[in-house]
Amino acid sequence: MNAPASPSSLERAEKLQGMGCKRKRVEDVRFTQGRGNYVDDIKLPGMLHGDFHRSSHAHARILKIDTSKAKAVPGVLAVLTAEDLKGVNLAWMPTLAGDVQMVLADGKVLFQNQEIAFVVATDRYAAADGADMVEVEYEDLPVVVDPFKAMDADAPVLREDIKDKKDGAHGPRKHPNHIFNWQVGDKDLTDAAFFKAEVATKDLLVYQRVHPCPLETCQCLVSFDKIKGEITIYGTFQAPHVIRTVVALISGLPEHKIHVISPDIGGGFGNKVGAYPGYICSAVASIVTGLPVKWVEDRIENLSTTSFARDYHMTTEIAATRDGRVTGLRVHIMADHGAFDACADPSKWPAGFSNIVTGSYDFPVAHLSVDGVYTNKAPGGVAYRCSFRVTEVAYAIERAMDIMAQKLGMDPVEFRMKNFIKREQFPYQSALGWEYDSGDYHTAMQKALDATGYAELREEQKAKQEAFRRGETRQLMGVGVAFFTEIVGAGPSKNCDILGIAMFDSAEIRIHPTGRVLGRMGSKSQGQGHETTWAQIIATEIGIPADDIAIEEGNTDTAPYGLGTYGSRSTPVAGAAIAMAARKIKAKAQMIAAFMLEVHEGDLEWDVDRFRVKGNPEQFKTMSQLAWAAYNKVPPGMEPGLEAVSYYDPPNMTYPFGAYICVMDIDVDTGVHKVRRFYALDDCGTRINPMIIEGQVHGGLTEGYGIAMGQEIFYDADGNVKGASFMDYFLPTAVETPHWETDYTVTPSPHHPIGAKGVGESPNVGSVPCFANAVNDAFKFLGSTHIAMPHDAYRVWQVAENLGLHA
Amino acid sequence: MSKSNVSMKVNGKAVSAEVESRVLLIHYLRENLGVTGPHIGCETTHCGACTVDLDGKSVKSCTIFAVQAEGAEVLTIEGMAAADGKLHVLQEAFREMHGLQCGYCTPGMIVRAHRLLQENPAPTDAEIRMGISGNLCRCTGYQNIVKAIQYAAAKINGVEYKEAAE
Amino acid sequence: MITGAFDYHRPANLSEAIGLLSRLDSDARVIAGGHSLIPMMKLRLAMPSHLVDLAAIAELKGVRAEGDEIVIGAMTTQHEILGSELLAARAPILKEVATQIADPQVRYLGTIGGNVANGDPGNDMPGVMMALDASYVLRGPDGERRVAARDYYEGAYTTAASPGEILTAIRIEAPPAGHGWAYEKLKRKVGDYATAAAAVILTVSGGKIATCAIGLTNVADTALFAKDAAQVVIGTVADKVSLAKASAAAEAITSPAADGRGSAQYRTKMAGVMTARALSRAFARAKS
Repeated sequence: MNAPASPSSLERAEKLQGMGCKRKRVEDVRFTQGRGNYVDDIKLPGMLHGDFHRSSHAHARILKIDTSKAKAVPGVLAVLTAEDLKGVNLAWMPTLAGDVQMVLADGKVLFQNQEIAFVVATDRYAAADGADMVEVEYEDLPVVVDPFKAMDADAPVLREDIKDKKDGAHGPRKHPNHIFNWQVGDKDLTDAAFFKAEVATKDLLVYQRVHPCPLETCQCLVSFDKIKGEITIYGTFQAPHVIRTVVALISGLPEHKIHVISPDIGGGFGNKVGAYPGYICSAVASIVTGLPVKWVEDRIENLSTTSFARDYHMTTEIAATRDGRVTGLRVHIMADHGAFDACADPSKWPAGFSNIVTGSYDFPVAHLSVDGVYTNKAPGGVAYRCSFRVTEVAYAIERAMDIMAQKLGMDPVEFRMKNFIKREQFPYQSALGWEYDSGDYHTAMQKALDATGYAELREEQKAKQEAFRRGETRQLMGVGVAFFTEIVGAGPSKNCDILGIAMFDSAEIRIHPTGRVLGRMGSKSQGQGHETTWAQIIATEIGIPADDIAIEEGNTDTAPYGLGTYGSRSTPVAGAAIAMAARKIKAKAQMIAAFMLEVHEGDLEWDVDRFRVKGNPEQFKTMSQLAWAAYNKVPPGMEPGLEAVSYYDPPNMTYPFGAYICVMDIDVDTGVHKVRRFYALDDCGTRINPMIIEGQVHGGLTEGYGIAMGQEIFYDADGNVKGASFMDYFLPTAVETPHWETDYTVTPSPHHPIGAKGVGESPNVGSVPCFANAVNDAFKFLGSTHIAMPHDAYRVWQVAENLGLHA
Repeated sequence: MSKSNVSMKVNGKAVSAEVESRVLLIHYLRENLGVTGPHIGCETTHCGACTVDLDGKSVKSCTIFAVQAEGAEVLTIEGMAAADGKLHVLQEAFREMHGLQCGYCTPGMIVRAHRLLQENPAPTDAEIRMGISGNLCRCTGYQNIVKAIQYAAAKINGVEYKEAAE
Repeated sequence: MITGAFDYHRPANLSEAIGLLSRLDSDARVIAGGHSLIPMMKLRLAMPSHLVDLAAIAELKGVRAEGDEIVIGAMTTQHEILGSELLAARAPILKEVATQIADPQVRYLGTIGGNVANGDPGNDMPGVMMALDASYVLRGPDGERRVAARDYYEGAYTTAASPGEILTAIRIEAPPAGHGWAYEKLKRKVGDYATAAAAVILTVSGGKIATCAIGLTNVADTALFAKDAAQVVIGTVADKVSLAKASAAAEAITSPAADGRGSAQYRTKMAGVMTARALSRAFARAKS
């Protein structure tokens, strides 16, 4: 029972720097002094370097690999090929999606830049020279880069290794290049709704292939100790425990002799969840040479081979009444997975949580069908700041709602408001199987409209459209709206697992005798600030200042088992575990306090940092005093010490949501755009550190801006990969990046111990359709209904050209 | 010659070595000297994570060979704080304004910001954005980096920091 | 990320540099600021076995006036171009161009000589030099000669310079006081090469364009001197109709590559748009 607030308690609460305050980050102390500890900063005695020779062909048989010249390069100690890996049964490795993937090319190559040989040398310069000297003879095979052609009767068979397998990890396959079909929803009821629909729209909405592109590429340093029979793996791993278990399963080394350490990571964004050939080859090389082996990929390797994101082709249909009520949603997705299905999804979800495609809207019926196919492209895909496929389907539903609004002649906001799930409908059962925990969409939308002066913007737009028609301006104004609901916090054990391990997360909290705290969690920050925010949760829960709480993540020997950080799951799952562990400690401390104060537990009330006797506030014990007492003055029968572990299995996912509005001006003669204004309102439930939330939103909006307005990894008809270097991959600088306005509402999650939902990925989910809707909105009055991303100047100009605006 | 002797000062300390002519300055700093503050984020001279201050110029140390820096004075993030450990105002400012998240771009960003404020002691937000256009960040969206640099500029100039509307 | 191996030379003066180039095999390259060459070497698209570093050669630095001519040492960096009061006063277009080249770090080391010498069709200065009717001073084993920028570019990475010649300086007859100038560059983002760009130098007399020179960037395998486009606006007030004609004339000589910046058709059209916008701004700046 909590005591009422008082001036002294408010002062003490502020000193705690607990939940809700803009606590300055602990991590910054070392990062601003160049004392971060990233993988490539780590040196071990005798360390070797590995580098790949990669395929220049997209689809070819390998006739010959000649490593003799490479081996002759001074400094080169070994060159591994698939033949070498076969000896230790590691030429292929399992993926997180139930497929298998070549570690090194085995008889053929399936995508350009695929790994063929791993050169190990005394330094990275010699390794690079060696990689250049490997010679490969290829026999070209026909290439498949269009996912819609992958299942043609005459399509070349890509995966000869499984060509006779009629069943994949997710059910029957209808073609050698087919991976899975996944369906959810009521097909008959949905088809019926469309059959009798007054108005219907159908559009192919494509979310192009992109890449998470963290500033630090994927890398590892592996050291096998022959004498102890132990392996230590430093790596850029968002989920270090998962990596440890994967290594145990594929190498046969016992899990307690595998030490995985994620040190500081320079951004993850989903790129660093799964295992890559570089990790496996480094491990084998270390075992073979008996020396530590480091592998650091360069940027082109990163953008073209360590997975990819999106490449979802979504045929999206909405059925509605003439007066604007949606009556059905029907979606088919063609999912291009590249050469191997290395998707980093929970195992029962081959298309991630794409069944959140109903979004923020009350669809009475819906049906979703997803077909995954193989093509000659890099394998994957990963969840680029998107919680599993949520970005893709949020784009689809938000574009489709805009298209339907246009067809109905309704304002896109009016159409959305008419179809929002209402506050009183929560918890809401969606037509595709999710129970949304909480939401208040109308309030958030109205707040956004008021903050941006939406009605005035539409008036201004109308005036500018008329001016354009009169030839007085060559600028078009677009107002983009997106109202997203996303699903994060994977996830409940009843439906979420990675390789069979449930997706709980964990916290271990120990209070030392002098009242300082050590917390270790199963999550792994790559910039999200857990060292700062996890301490804030603990500080508020147990009344010890955050500055007296050290947080550790990433060392699998010491951290309790966790499924890592991605999919905005850390606050919903690890954050909950932290609160639960802290409450166990608090409960024990209450018993000690009662014992020391000679009262019953029920006679005590909690006051910020102490238990005090109800009605007798001078009788109190601070948590600090109780910590000391825990080591020498516990009640009879109680163990000494003050620590707790919690493994938290969330009862549900969480559903952050937001209202984003973008005002954009487009120069039709060049296709160049300018973002005049971007307003982002996010509801992530309880807000732990508003400063960090704002930073996460800024970062996610900037990533979304890059995706919508120019990012693309694509392949030409011969399978040559394009856009895979910073010469072309659109990463906005400080000059292009718009100014972001952030705002919020708070609708706590009813099932989460502190009501928090997670926020890291919301801005990427919501911003991409918001920018896309702004561009589309600018051209609507000229008859355009859908313009595909990315909206780079050339493509926007082409739209204007096709509309005859340059005559 | 394919190997050269190279001598320079790094963060005030004289260093010299015999290195292959092709050794990039970033590798000389990180591998030979153990100065791992500057980072590598690309191989096409775009990202700026490797930025150092060389003889008063902001330089991407991945696009200069160590031998070209013969006789130069090189400043990296490790040299920004005072000898007694007192942080440079920019280091404080980045923390104060939440101008970093994963920290990977931060060493290059701070060293560049330092030179930027030497070039232009009271820049506008737009001038700051142009001034850091050679440094990519994937985490922050730059907005708080701009605030951090403004905060530092105000402190250096002895004026009150006012958050400008952009 | 890692270049091939090479021998490094750092001559103290120009004749030593020229001597080295003659002596070493044809696989020797000069290095100026290195921000074109080193990126190519890191991708192993260039693997010279010798690098001759021009950094120590004092006579390649400096910006000075020689009567009506401005002489810019080839090793003058873009940063120094930006800071030059002489250039700001006499050839202000150079500052507008330099601001749009790459980023601050690259500008600290990248040189104007490096930008004009090797025939990279993406570089910004060649088109500008054509508009300014600049000439390049080349020094080689057979002595010194000058080649007009308008005659220097033969194809992508192919120029009138002979093997063993070093471009030592750029000479520009300063445009008259009150001239109009503009560099209009369309690009995907700051630091990118041009999708299309146009440099304009003009003079105005009696309110009408009296002389005009236009250079186009990155819309062919060399920079282009748009003679017809410039001719078409002489005697006009840069009105809409004349600008449209100039655009059309500029478009007519382009043959851009299709790449990440856009289709060939788009880039041709953008050459036209940049030409019109540069003419318009240059006209507005000019004093009659």
